[in-house]
Amino acid sequence: MSAPAPDTVAGLPGGAGPPVAETPRSHRGRWTPYLLLFPGVAWLLVFFVVPMAFLASQSLQQGSIETGYSVTWHIQTYGDALSAYSSQFIRSLVYAATATGLALLIGYPLAYAIAFKVGRWKNVLLVLVIAPFFTSFLIRTLAWQTILSTQGPVYSIVNHTGLLAVLKWVHLVNSDQLLSTPFAVIMGLTYNFLPFMTLPLYASLERIDMRLLEAGNDLYASPFTAFRKVTWPLSMPGVVAGTLLTFIPAAGDYINSKLLGNPDTTMIGQVIDGEFLRVLDYPTAAALSFTLMVTIVIIVVAYIRRAGTEELV
Amino acid sequence: MTDASTEQVRSEPVSGRAAAGKATAAHGGGDLQMRSLTKRFGTFTAVDDLDLVIPQGSFFALLGPSGCGKTTTLRMVAGLEEPTAGTISIGAEDITATRPYKRPVNTVFQSYALFPHLDIFENVAFGLRRRGSKNIKQQVNEALELVELAQMGRRKPGQLSGGQQQRVALARAIVNRPSVLLLDEPLGALDLKLRRQMQIELKRIQTEVGLTFVHVTHDQEEAMTMADTIAVMNQGRIEQMGGPTDLYENPTTTFVANFLGQSNLVRAKVTSRGSDVLEVEAEGQAFTLPARRSFSDSDEIWFGVRPEKLSIGQGDAAEGLRGVITDTSFIGVSTQYLVRLPWGQEITAVRQNDGAPILRPGEQVTLTWDPRHAFALDASQDAHAGEDFGEGELLGSKG
Repeated sequence: MSAPAPDTVAGLPGGAGPPVAETPRSHRGRWTPYLLLFPGVAWLLVFFVVPMAFLASQSLQQGSIETGYSVTWHIQTYGDALSAYSSQFIRSLVYAATATGLALLIGYPLAYAIAFKVGRWKNVLLVLVIAPFFTSFLIRTLAWQTILSTQGPVYSIVNHTGLLAVLKWVHLVNSDQLLSTPFAVIMGLTYNFLPFMTLPLYASLERIDMRLLEAGNDLYASPFTAFRKVTWPLSMPGVVAGTLLTFIPAAGDYINSKLLGNPDTTMIGQVIDGEFLRVLDYPTAAALSFTLMVTIVIIVVAYIRRAGTEELV
Repeated sequence: MTDASTEQVRSEPVSGRAAAGKATAAHGGGDLQMRSLTKRFGTFTAVDDLDLVIPQGSFFALLGPSGCGKTTTLRMVAGLEEPTAGTISIGAEDITATRPYKRPVNTVFQSYALFPHLDIFENVAFGLRRRGSKNIKQQVNEALELVELAQMGRRKPGQLSGGQQQRVALARAIVNRPSVLLLDEPLGALDLKLRRQMQIELKRIQTEVGLTFVHVTHDQEEAMTMADTIAVMNQGRIEQMGGPTDLYENPTTTFVANFLGQSNLVRAKVTSRGSDVLEVEAEGQAFTLPARRSFSDSDEIWFGVRPEKLSIGQGDAAEGLRGVITDTSFIGVSTQYLVRLPWGQEITAVRQNDGAPILRPGEQVTLTWDPRHAFALDASQDAHAGEDFGEGELLGSKG
C-alpha cells in the first residue's frame, strides 16, 4: 500500500498538463519555506527541545550532587514535590489569575482610550506604556518597596480611606503594613505585566472599524450594548493574547514575591529557584518546573477553547 | 455620543413613543419632514437651511456631487450627526433629539458595515434581538429570502461577495420594518453590471415592502432609474426637486441642466414675451421657446436644448444653426457629435444609430430642433455649473 502511494501523488499534477509549465518555479519555491523556518526551528531545537528533554530526564533521576545522578524513572519525585509545595503551586496560579484580572481591568480602558479617544496623543501614550521597559525589571519591582512603604502616600491613603481594613478582611493584607503582603505581590505582578496586556488589546481595538459601532447604534443598540455586542467580541483576540501574555509569566514569576512578599506569599517560581540553586535538589526542581509547564499548557488550551476562537474572524 | 447624559434626559419622554413607533412602523410612520435643517462643520456649511418633506412610502433620491451635503443630511436623519439647527420629524413625532438607537430609522451603509464576528443570520437578527422581537427566526429567514440569500445564513460576511454583502446589509435594515430606510450610496462599491442588477432589485423590494426609501447617490442614472422623486443637491441646498422626467426635461438651473445629463446652453436675449411663446435672439438669430419653459425673469438668458433633441441635417436649410463637426464619438446605440457654431462655441448633438451614415469631422451640418424642447435659464448662473462631476472621479468619496 505504501509503495504505489507516492507514485499516484506525483502522477496527478503531472497528468493534468498545465502544471508542467509551473514546474521550474515551484521547484525553486519548494525549499523557500524550509529555508525561512530553519533559523527559528534550529534555535528552538537547541535551546528549547533539548533542555526540555534534559529537564524531563532530570526529574526522573535519583542521586546527589556528590554521587552523581542516574535515571531511575522515580515518578515518586513528582508526588513528593507536589504534596510538599501544593500550597505554593495553587497560590502562584491564584496570584497570577488575580493579577491578570486586574491588568485586564486597568489595561482595557487604557487601550480603549488610546485607540479611540486621545487623538493625536496616541503615540505619546503608547510610548509611555512601553516606557517602564527602559529600566530593569528588578529596579522597577524594588521601587514598589518605596511606593508601598508605611511612610509613603499610598499607605496613608489606603489607611485613611478604610481600604486597609477591606484588604485585611479579604486576607490580602495580614498585618498593619502594605509591604510584605499578598496585596503587594499582586500589585507588583499587575504592574510588571500590564504592558503585555495593554499592547495586544490596543492592537485589536485599533483595528475595529468605528462604522460598525454606528451600524450598531443604527440597529437599536445603545452605546453600552454596542460595546457588549460589537466592540468586546471584536477585541477578543487582544483579550486572549493579553491575558495569556500576562498570566503565563506571572504564574512562573519569583521576583515579585521575593521582593514584595513574605514567607507566606512564596510562589512556585521561588521554590524552583531555591531547589535548583540553594538546596541543589535537581530532580525535585525539575519535577516542579515540568508540572508548572504542563499545568499552564492545560489551562491555556482550555482557556482558548472556552474563549471560542472560532468566533473570531 | 459626546453629551450622552444630557441627551439621554432630553430624549427620555419620546423614547416610549419611539419604541411604539418602531413596532408599528410598517403600518404608518408618516412623512419624513426636515425643517430649516442646517449642519455646520466649523465655518463650512454642509447642509444649509434645508426644508424637505418626503412622503411616506416613496422612493426618494438625494442626488448630488461629492460634498454637496447629501450624506450629512442622511446621517442627521439617522441620528449619527447632530444638526446645528432645524428639526427632523417623522409624522407628528419630532425625532431631532432622539438618540440614533431609538429612532424608527435604519441605514444601509456605503461600506455595508456588516458585523464580521457574526454570521449572516445574526447580522440580520441584530436589530430584532436588540428590540426583543418575537419570531426572530421567521422574520430573518423571510428577509433573507427577500434578498435571495436564504441559504447563506450560517456564512460569515467575509465569505460573501460584494453584491451579496450589499444584500445582507439591505436585509439587516429592512427586517426591522423602519419608518424610513436610508441608503447611503449602497451600490457605490459594486461594478457596473451588478449595480444595474441591484438597482432593479432594490426597486422591486421597495415596491414589495412599501417602506419609505431615502437613497443618497451621486449617480444620476441610478437616481433616475429607481426614484419616484429626486432632489438635486448642491452646496448644501436643494437645487430642484421632482420626478425623473420632470427634472430632466425641465431643469430650472444650469446646475441641474448639466448634472442630469448634458445641456447645450447659448447666451440669448429675450426680445418679446408672449403668454405662450417667448421670442429670443442669440448671435443674431431668432428662436422661440414655450413661455412655461422659461425659468428666468431677466431678459438675459441661457437658451438651452438637450443634445438628443437636436437633429443633424446636411446641406443648407433655412431654419436652424449651421456648424462644422469637430469630433465624432461612436458609442454604439448612438453617436455623439461636437459641432462648432459660427461664433466658436461647441455644442453637443446625439444621434441614434438608426442606419444613417456616420458623419466625419469637418463636415458642414445644420442643427434643427422642435422649439417646444428649448428652455431658458437665468443668465446670472454659471453655464458650466454641475459639469465637472464625472462619475469616475466621485468613486469612494462621500457627498
